[in-house]
Amino acid sequence: MCSLALFPPPLPSGQTTLCESNNELLSGTTTEDQLKQESSPLSLYFPRESLKLHSRTESSSKAAFLDHSETLWMRSAAAWRDGGLTGLLNEITTSHTEVPKWLSMSSGCILALLQKVSSFHGSLFPHLTLSSEDMIAEFSQVLNWSDCVVRAFAWHPHTDKFAVALLDDSIKIYNPKSATTPTLKHRLQRSVAAVQWKPLCASALAVACQNCLLVWHVDPCSLSTRPSSGCAQVLSHPGHSPVTSIAWSPSGSLLVSASPMDTAMMVWDVASESCVPLQRVGGGGVSFLSWSPDGSHVLASTPSALFRVWETRMWTCERWPCVKGRCQSGCWSPDGSRLLFTVQGEMVIYALTFTDTPAGVPTSTSQGPQAAAVVADLSETTFNTPDGDIIVGGEIQSLAWDSTGERLAVLLKGDPHAADRPAIIAVFKTRTSPIFELLPCGFVQGERGAEPRLMQFHPSFQHGALLTVCWSSGRITHVPFYFLSAGVPHCGLSGSPSLPRPQTVPADFANQSLFTELMS
Amino acid sequence: MFSTEQTCWFVRKVICWRAAASTAWAVLLLGPITAALVILGRFSLFHPIQTISECLSLLTSASAVFSLILLCGVILMIGFLNLEYYTVIPTIACSKIALLGQLLHPRQLVNSAVHCVMGIVVAWCCAITIGGRYETLGYTCPQSDGDSSSQMCLNEYHLILLLAGAFVGLSYSLLGVIHNMNYISFHTVQQYKYLRFKGALPLVVKCSATQALYSIRNFIVVYFFLGYIPKAWFCKTLNLYLNSSVHPLDSIAGLLDLSLVYHLWISASFLLFTWHITLVLFRIFVTELYSFPVQSSFTEDAHQCLAKVLNEKQPMILKFLALQDLALLSQHSPSRRCQVFSLSQPGGHPHNWNAISKECLSMLTDLTQRLVAYHDTVATNGRAKSLSTGSERKTSSETSVTSGTEDLMSPRPTLLMKTPASVFARSVVGTPRTPLTAPFTPDLDSPFASPALRRLTAPVEQCSPWFGTVQSPHVMRRGPKLWSTSTDSQVNGSPQSSPASVPSPKQEPSKPSLLAQFLQNRKEQVKNFLAKRVLIMYLFNKLPEASSQALFADSQAHIWALEGLSYLVQASFSEDQFGVVQTALPSILSCMLVLQEAVDRHFKLPHASSKPVRSTGSMGDSTHKTLRFALRATLKTAIYRITTTFGDHLNAIQMSAEHRKRLQQFLEYKE
Repeated sequence: MCSLALFPPPLPSGQTTLCESNNELLSGTTTEDQLKQESSPLSLYFPRESLKLHSRTESSSKAAFLDHSETLWMRSAAAWRDGGLTGLLNEITTSHTEVPKWLSMSSGCILALLQKVSSFHGSLFPHLTLSSEDMIAEFSQVLNWSDCVVRAFAWHPHTDKFAVALLDDSIKIYNPKSATTPTLKHRLQRSVAAVQWKPLCASALAVACQNCLLVWHVDPCSLSTRPSSGCAQVLSHPGHSPVTSIAWSPSGSLLVSASPMDTAMMVWDVASESCVPLQRVGGGGVSFLSWSPDGSHVLASTPSALFRVWETRMWTCERWPCVKGRCQSGCWSPDGSRLLFTVQGEMVIYALTFTDTPAGVPTSTSQGPQAAAVVADLSETTFNTPDGDIIVGGEIQSLAWDSTGERLAVLLKGDPHAADRPAIIAVFKTRTSPIFELLPCGFVQGERGAEPRLMQFHPSFQHGALLTVCWSSGRITHVPFYFLSAGVPHCGLSGSPSLPRPQTVPADFANQSLFTELMS
Repeated sequence: MFSTEQTCWFVRKVICWRAAASTAWAVLLLGPITAALVILGRFSLFHPIQTISECLSLLTSASAVFSLILLCGVILMIGFLNLEYYTVIPTIACSKIALLGQLLHPRQLVNSAVHCVMGIVVAWCCAITIGGRYETLGYTCPQSDGDSSSQMCLNEYHLILLLAGAFVGLSYSLLGVIHNMNYISFHTVQQYKYLRFKGALPLVVKCSATQALYSIRNFIVVYFFLGYIPKAWFCKTLNLYLNSSVHPLDSIAGLLDLSLVYHLWISASFLLFTWHITLVLFRIFVTELYSFPVQSSFTEDAHQCLAKVLNEKQPMILKFLALQDLALLSQHSPSRRCQVFSLSQPGGHPHNWNAISKECLSMLTDLTQRLVAYHDTVATNGRAKSLSTGSERKTSSETSVTSGTEDLMSPRPTLLMKTPASVFARSVVGTPRTPLTAPFTPDLDSPFASPALRRLTAPVEQCSPWFGTVQSPHVMRRGPKLWSTSTDSQVNGSPQSSPASVPSPKQEPSKPSLLAQFLQNRKEQVKNFLAKRVLIMYLFNKLPEASSQALFADSQAHIWALEGLSYLVQASFSEDQFGVVQTALPSILSCMLVLQEAVDRHFKLPHASSKPVRSTGSMGDSTHKTLRFALRATLKTAIYRITTTFGDHLNAIQMSAEHRKRLQQFLEYKE
């Protein structure tokens, strides 16, 4: 079952996807597109040159100072402060001329033993040997995170407001209703891996940083463009860094955070800055989190071939071992009953269905499914375009499902070294009730040479779905999908230019179902 | 509480059983912990096999069984004390003297004494299990004058272990007061008991070990200086002799014995660990969710229904658990929500909903009034402030707040006395610099808690005209005011009082007679004299933000009330068939908005929004220190929950223009 073969072919280069209307994706040339970009206040462009980057890394400043001889005690104290036990042992071992022989010998032995143990541990969980920057890049939902101008993006769940985290570790907040764009900077705000707005709140923005978790309180009525760092709460827990994923509960009361270095997932009560670690053996860390929109489940994937689904009433979890690789990405249907996820190394999308227990019975976990079903196969497919053959498909970087449950966007990794295998966003039409169905919709492409890096659906778009894409060029565009949602009463038709005309559908494959539950 | 005569059914049927279960588990865990103690206490690096065989033989010996039984008794006692002393609302001392008062309270003294004795018992058991030189109090030694006959000598190793046990027990009890160890907080994350216990275990181990280390350090210092007293006393009463050939332990050389320190530390850790385990288990069991029936089919169970239980004032734990259940049912279980929204069978009244919403709203109103009253005491600076009720003052919030805080920072007393009217008003409404900590502290009737003290803390004040003109009639008149305020605010702080009842201008305009003036003058002088003493200042100074903490001490209940109400209202949008919630919606919204305003104003006071230092590595629960932040966040979320659910439908609700404006802010996500 190859799903991509039924897709309409990708656009010729130079053309960009503008929107979906009347059941088809409309495209335009770049010049038209740019005109449109100018008019839209929320479309942004961050050229790489405009950002002031850090010229040096933290560790390199040591070389700028002259070597200064201190006593052994001072050096040991400094090593203990900087490097902990290993640092201290290292210091003692290296300065063997000054310490007694037995001391340097024994510390050398302990050091070797420690290294053996840690390398053994590292061989069990290879990701532990990565540096924190590499680790964020590895587990981030953003494609090629370390080279990305826009590192994280988050729509506010209720209003037309979003936050953009940039390569220079600053966060900008855009609001079409206000003239000010606050820029958030903090000493600890480095290597932002994810940002998310707190639901049922106007001001709180959680930021996953390299060493901690920041929760900014940005007063929407404030005219200040540089909120002070006093507006940020710092949440940190020893051993819990780098934070690669965060998720707010949809009721806005709790925040969970995950770090691949920490086997425990933290549940934060942000107001009181207290946390409850939820620890389970196995997996070697937690890399990605996603809270279901109804608040009942949390997906927590680990760096090894295992992920967990927590239910949030009593915080128990189900283990889901994968065959091939780790769970790379996942998303929930709006009613929280269905989880789609992808596994690293496989080119398919799986689905898990959760049915609630009979209402009111206070039993433990809701009865889960027995196995995941494959709903889409995104293996490589060759399309003939005027520019030559293009191969689309392969591994999946991230998934996004819009809040009405009718469009599913899939960011395909592609191959950065091959010109004919671009990273591309494939969009599916989905239906969740009465049965789950997938239909092809089309590819979303940007201007020439731009590669999609990050995407997110607007959580409360009135006229269908609005997909926001951050491109490798530093541009942020919005692709609206105009349709009438089945779940919403059809009273306001202002969004779609006209009613769908089924007779003008260009090819009949658009209505051909890729997956329905009846098939299986 | 348990000790009161008419115990509630809930305490009898639930809390006691939970306490018993937790103690039983602690007793069961005692076995493995003791085994660990034996191994750690007897471990010798060079004879591992011998250690193990020794340990095995010891564990099966009669003395070990006897000490195990003793330890079980200790755990039962500790469990009983936990049950007797626990509280869900922390007592927060607002000054050092109040803390001292807490420590010297007879009830607390009993607690400390019992812990002390328990500590000795545990230490004795430790001495038995560790064995060796610690085992007995006396031993036979050759007589000092060279005689061949022997006599009984005091074994100082045994003594020092017993004393260490007593010391650690005492410090456990005292630190328990300081860190509010008897306060039981409820977790936001529900977990099964076993998992919660497993999660708490590493912290308990760490805390016990570090606290034992500090206690032993302190003990060693005390023993070094005062060790000869118990030694002499024991020798005298038990007719034992001191062996002069053995080095005394209360010397530097004696205390530098590493193995002795290690054994002291191990036994102190053992003691603290078993007690902490008992405490943690008690907390986990007591705070476990209890599901109250929303509606009962039998009349004899009617008193156990959620609505009935919520309305009860005592015991607090019952109310808290009921509110927790309400918050969770409103969030998670549609069928129980349905019962809340249902109508009574004959009559068709929504009794359940009415009772629940009424109770929640009255709690929230209560908090609002408390906040307003507190704010009035703190923030009004007496500048011809009319004796308004709380609602009036609310409208003029912004300016009075800022000016109040300004004056708190840099008091300018001369300004306050420009008009006689201001003096009157001031005295009634409250002194500017006494945060309303008074009602929450035992020292409210002490003269030293007055502003005169605080003024002294700022050295700039010394040269202010206030001090130079003590004889001025204004000042004379000020004296009685201070007194009247403290009594006033005492009324004020009690939950029943409304802000309207606080200002009573009739009692104020007293014409002070000559004698009274003289006395007042003296009093002022005494106060000034005392205020200059550093120790007294230290004792009576208000701790910053403690008053804020005290104000929100029971806010966990309000948080649940807010959550419960807002989730119920949210669910009513789709689930409420008879529209029972709609009738209460205006009052719920206005109540929340008024509270929101009061909370906002409170957070503009100095110290109110400063974050407390997070104490890690202590078993004491510091949740109460951040309850006000949690309340603020929950309140905002609750209002947003309602506005997001109902959206523009809220425009159809009748409410005052000011509230509508406020609500519009929420609808536009601008709060």
